[in-house]
Amino acid sequence: MANYIPTTPAELQEMLGAIGVKTVDDLFAEIPPELRLQGELNIPAGMSEPEMIRKVTRLAQTNETVDNNVCFLGGGAYDHIIPSVIDHLLLRGDFFTAYTPYQPEVSQGTLQCIYEFQSLISGLTGMDQANASMYEGATATVEAINMATAQTRRNRVLVLQTVNPEYRRVMSSLNTPLGVELISVPFEDGAVDPAKIQEALNDQVAAVVMQYPNFLGGIEDIEKISEMTHNAGALSIVVANPIALGLLETPGKLGADIVAGEGQPLGIPLSYGGPYVGFLAAKKALLRRMPGRIVGRTTDIDGKAGYVLTLQAREQHIRREKASSNICSNQALMALNTTIYMSLMGREGIKEVALQCFQKAHYLKRELAKVEGVSFPFTGSFFHELVVKIPNARKVIGKMAKQGVFAGIPLDNWFSNLKDCVLVAVTEKRTKDEIDHYCNLLGGFING
Amino acid sequence: MAEPLIFDLSKDGCRGFTLPALDVPEVDPADHIPARFLRQELPLPSLSELDVVRHFTRLSRLNHSVDIGFYPLGSCTMKYNPRVNENMARLAGFANLHPQQPDETVQGALQMLKTLEESLAEITGMDAMTLQPAAGAQGELTGLLIMLAYHRKKGNHKTKVMIPDSGHGTNPASCAMVGYEVVNIKSDARGGVDIEDLKSKLGPDIAGLMITNPNTLGLFDENIGELAHLIHSVDGLVYYDGANLNAIMGWTRPGDMGFDIVHLNLHKTFSTPHGGGGPGAGPVGVKKHLEPFLPNPRIQHDGKKYHLQTKCRESVGPVLASVGNFLVLVRAYAYILVNGREGLKNVSAYAVLNANYMMQRLKKTFDLPYDRFCKHEFVLSGKGLAKYGVKTLDVAKRLLDFGFHAPTIYFPMIVEESMMIEPTETESKGTLDCFIEAMEMIAREAAEKPENLKNAPTKTPVRRLDEATAARKPDINYFQKPE
Repeated sequence: MANYIPTTPAELQEMLGAIGVKTVDDLFAEIPPELRLQGELNIPAGMSEPEMIRKVTRLAQTNETVDNNVCFLGGGAYDHIIPSVIDHLLLRGDFFTAYTPYQPEVSQGTLQCIYEFQSLISGLTGMDQANASMYEGATATVEAINMATAQTRRNRVLVLQTVNPEYRRVMSSLNTPLGVELISVPFEDGAVDPAKIQEALNDQVAAVVMQYPNFLGGIEDIEKISEMTHNAGALSIVVANPIALGLLETPGKLGADIVAGEGQPLGIPLSYGGPYVGFLAAKKALLRRMPGRIVGRTTDIDGKAGYVLTLQAREQHIRREKASSNICSNQALMALNTTIYMSLMGREGIKEVALQCFQKAHYLKRELAKVEGVSFPFTGSFFHELVVKIPNARKVIGKMAKQGVFAGIPLDNWFSNLKDCVLVAVTEKRTKDEIDHYCNLLGGFING
Repeated sequence: MAEPLIFDLSKDGCRGFTLPALDVPEVDPADHIPARFLRQELPLPSLSELDVVRHFTRLSRLNHSVDIGFYPLGSCTMKYNPRVNENMARLAGFANLHPQQPDETVQGALQMLKTLEESLAEITGMDAMTLQPAAGAQGELTGLLIMLAYHRKKGNHKTKVMIPDSGHGTNPASCAMVGYEVVNIKSDARGGVDIEDLKSKLGPDIAGLMITNPNTLGLFDENIGELAHLIHSVDGLVYYDGANLNAIMGWTRPGDMGFDIVHLNLHKTFSTPHGGGGPGAGPVGVKKHLEPFLPNPRIQHDGKKYHLQTKCRESVGPVLASVGNFLVLVRAYAYILVNGREGLKNVSAYAVLNANYMMQRLKKTFDLPYDRFCKHEFVLSGKGLAKYGVKTLDVAKRLLDFGFHAPTIYFPMIVEESMMIEPTETESKGTLDCFIEAMEMIAREAAEKPENLKNAPTKTPVRRLDEATAARKPDINYFQKPE
């Protein structure tokens, strides 16, 4: 009913006259009759804006949110504090109604933002360069693997079992069709024993993929693993949580060749999984293997500084079937979202977010340790996420959900050996009261 | 004055945001994490909130956008992005859901997704959809994975995919990502697929055909039924690149033309914002016989409740770690609700009307290589200006001085000095007339004052940029100056 078409009936007639036809139907005349849609599409008639708002709002209201519940879920997406000002800037039409900067002279805003994103990600990860962003964390990891297999001309990839299992599924869908052999290296005490990786390394291995902190919250020895990986002539790929890098040493300093990851923790709403933004950063030697868009700084003919899409000779619109990736855009608006977040929080803010996450997660662990029946299957270091073993875990967290607490993710979704184990994340957004409530509620359900 | 980089605006001691004070007892991280894993320095800037607001506001003003003016970028469908859809995507009940929440807590979200799947399946004439792919190119990849899985299951030995020479650049690149070899098919004199060329290359090794209809020349291929039949005769699958769906909604459907697999670009046809290059969404639809291969998870309804089902044995597996770009899907859902069946048909009617109106008027000034009714876009050639030493690139740059975005240029590659113009249905006759007049003036300038074109643009925030040096000495990271 509502529509966004500005043409008046008089203009319609005038335009049809200029074209030399009587009706709009005449413009569709070459569609053979047997291919024409008979009748109307079987979807509802249009509605006015207020009718639509009412319908969509009611649907949204049937969902339970992280606002009217308390969220201890993580597993790759985290409930962080998001400064209000970010969304006001994202709603500037000049950003969100623009497209890929094909005409750089009228796209300097988008281009400079991407240059700043690339620089911030490089700085955060300790790498030489980053691209203009990827769809999300899993597909960024897939592209990192493609870079490594192309660079080493080898096709076996060792993937630590502590890498996000959802990412591992996506790798299996997207990396294996090109002949990549993914080999899973199992974990023991919440992390993978480097000796196990050493056993699997040989001259056919293109890369080792590890996560930092890993999916179970633990901190793998990415320094030692990277060193072993390099000794075997393979590349070290680290999937990093960008907020953890406010506290933890950069993958770059610890030997990573490629860092991929999910940018959601940097100020992007949870959004039931998307849109998020992937980041991909690498050492200098891998520059021309990077997929996707890259923005470079240059000058215009008057000598004024400006920005362009660069190194496009790698890309699909020029290389077609010889391109190393089919990615033809980036996730610009979400990259901008994280760029604004990193600018606003700044050096001290990101450090403090990371530190508060660490402190609150460790507080939760200390308090949970007092609850009878709760145990911790792993002993290693962790950042803001940990595995908690709870008797009858699924039943208990179901009861917690009914009380408005999303208590954690049951790990037997992916790991048959982690029955009754739950992955619990604590961000800076959780308060002491919420954490105390969590422990009391849990104790009640276990022992009540 | 150029806008400084965020790093150059940094001032030590500035804070742009204040966190609540830590309310739990502290421990020393060094007691819990080995020292070599603790970070020493963090090279991020420090700014106040207002500094940040001004920086990004000033940057935004350097962009052209649909909100500022006409954006006739062919094959990109730069239509108006309705503001109400932004509000719908920001409803707490959608924006603040964790992807790992139990299904019973997100019934509204799942219902929305299922309804959108059904609407898109109806619009395209397909039997089942996945909303998971994050962009058109990822939709292509997903479609090709489905093609691969289909042939593998049937024991077919297929190695090649046919693509017309007018196809989008992502088509061959996506084929390469699944290991298919590309067979290029020529276009005929009317701009459609050259059937004889296709027949001569058709054989048992052909896995399928990827095609856009209307194609990138904006022309509807009337022979599509026969093409589909030919491909099916060797047990190949016919793939519809939905980049140009804005031309045909409610008039004809890929499913009825014989297509087996379709991808859509919700950021084109269904008005979700392009966001400066993303996020998009690239749902994929299939006919019944391919449904088992769709990516996980599928959304199922058991008569009472919705569930995410991940245990489909023949699935190509997930292509993203979530159900898709959910909030993009919310916007498309709202757009379909408002337009409804008659609205969507009108969208295509007016998109096609606008394109034909411009084409009829502009063909008096510029070469039109295929002179027949177009659909939602058309392609002109700038080769007639070569005699003045002027190229299509110069025309594009001069348009920027008139406050317009340029058309897509040098694509499709089968037209010399091509300009691909797509007005979309949301532009008024007044805007189209202004653009047409600008193009006519530029053509006159090309003859009389070609330097106006060659020096263009002069009224933009920067002028033509040195792309050669940018590629030779990449400066892509503030912290690493080029050698």
